[in-house]
Amino acid sequence: MKGFRNAEGKPILLAMVKAIQDNKAYLGEVDGLIGDGDHGMNMNKGFTMFGQRIADRAVSFTQGLDELGTLLFTEIGGSMGPIYGTVFTDMAEAGEDSDIITLEVLASMLAAGLDGLYDIVDARVGDKTLVDTLFPAKDALAQAAVEGKSLAAALEDMKAAALIGRDSTKDMVAKFGRSSRLGERSRGVLDAGATSCYIILTAMADGILALKGA
Amino acid sequence: MQRILNHPDQVVDEMLKGFVKTHSDIVATTDNPRVIKGANLPADQVGIVTGGGSGHKPAFVGYVGENLCDAVAVGEIFSSPTAVAFLDAFRAADRGKGVACLYGNYSGDNMNVKMAVKMAKKEGIQVKTVVANDDVPSAPKDQLNKRRGVAGEVLMWKVGGAKAATGASLDEVIAAAQKAIDNTRSVGIGLTPCTLPAVGHPNFSIEEGTMEVGIGHHGEPGIEVCPLETAAQMAQRMVDVVVPDLPFASGDEVVVLLSGLGATPVMELYVLYDEVDRLLTEKGIGIHRSYVGDYFTSLEMMGATLTVMKLDSELKELVDMPCYSMGLKQK
Repeated sequence: MKGFRNAEGKPILLAMVKAIQDNKAYLGEVDGLIGDGDHGMNMNKGFTMFGQRIADRAVSFTQGLDELGTLLFTEIGGSMGPIYGTVFTDMAEAGEDSDIITLEVLASMLAAGLDGLYDIVDARVGDKTLVDTLFPAKDALAQAAVEGKSLAAALEDMKAAALIGRDSTKDMVAKFGRSSRLGERSRGVLDAGATSCYIILTAMADGILALKGA
Repeated sequence: MQRILNHPDQVVDEMLKGFVKTHSDIVATTDNPRVIKGANLPADQVGIVTGGGSGHKPAFVGYVGENLCDAVAVGEIFSSPTAVAFLDAFRAADRGKGVACLYGNYSGDNMNVKMAVKMAKKEGIQVKTVVANDDVPSAPKDQLNKRRGVAGEVLMWKVGGAKAATGASLDEVIAAAQKAIDNTRSVGIGLTPCTLPAVGHPNFSIEEGTMEVGIGHHGEPGIEVCPLETAAQMAQRMVDVVVPDLPFASGDEVVVLLSGLGATPVMELYVLYDEVDRLLTEKGIGIHRSYVGDYFTSLEMMGATLTVMKLDSELKELVDMPCYSMGLKQK
């Protein structure tokens, strides 16, 4: 598997939408433990609106990411609106000129998404945020590209790294966002953003792997 | 879930429709369905904007009105409005003298306001901000910038809106609103959790017979869970958190705002207020004015927040100015 056609990437987007819908209640529960419980609901609302808007028309993978990011940014708000809005629109920008999304392109897209995020938040690895999922996932893709792995193998690496990243937030103390006010009491609970980021990246990877003839 | 709803995801938009129909003498819609402005904005004044998640009625939209806020950005329940909503609120409120955006310290609001201020600048609208951080239990005193904004925001809007009504400049309005919040301290006690309509069940629990001291406006955990106490003991706890933090001292004149969290009967707020008034008076703290009622709620949580603001002559004058909104009407 060398890559997939950007123009044929709509099923990946739909897989991401479905994953968020399926995990609406779970994300709300994770967020409710140390946050305010609105994470699942707002993510579900934004992703569902996006799913409805692209239901009856063709969109490429990067067009869809740009639309999803813009929708989250302009219509959903919260803290996840600007955060995921920036990640998705910057990912889209990095990949929009590529007809074939290869491992190298996908790695550069994830790196661009993280760079964009770093411009608007001060959180870094270890602060109990979605950065703890996104950063190792980005690294795993970049590393797999260096090692000349197939896209399929690289996506498995990315999923594994994202899972470890997500789980690492459990033993961390939050430094940003609402849960940061809890200090030590935020320990022992997964971060909701790191959890939703894992769900999205996994759905994206599985969506790519499911593309026939990719 | 015993709630009055059509569809849980539409509750904010439907609530706004009803609100605007009811209070058409005070507020008006804008091109952005999530931005509400004052019906009669006086010319040549600094614009006052606020915004935040829904579920805190009367906050935030209930404080749009005469000598209060000029426009408000409305978010999903417990979730920041979008940057675009804040920008549209700035546009609605700006009358050429700049805009003071007075909001609460939450990460989502901070990010969205920051982006909106940048976008406004490109259009030539000058926006300055004051970020409320009156909730004492939300962070230690050496980390004031981490504290959340709670019911003290009402007093910040009161002061900022009154200052703007005097014809003051943007810098003067910002200075007054900042002084108001710097002299304000709050603490909440929660007795029951609250349920987001789209979630359908509470996301946290407060056991029957217990109470949570220092609970946040979205159910963020407090500093202590203890057995339910009498109103006198609750008042003592609240005063013990708030008074030493500023600190408030004998001879100070203050405004007291005691708000219910949504489901506590207002009758009980007066029971609590009587005790708070007694304790402050015993300390030699003079109560210039007090507000008791549902001023800043958390859906159907039971409990209350105590907010105390220390006055100087300027703050006193501004607090005493008449105002007219759904949430606050004062002669």
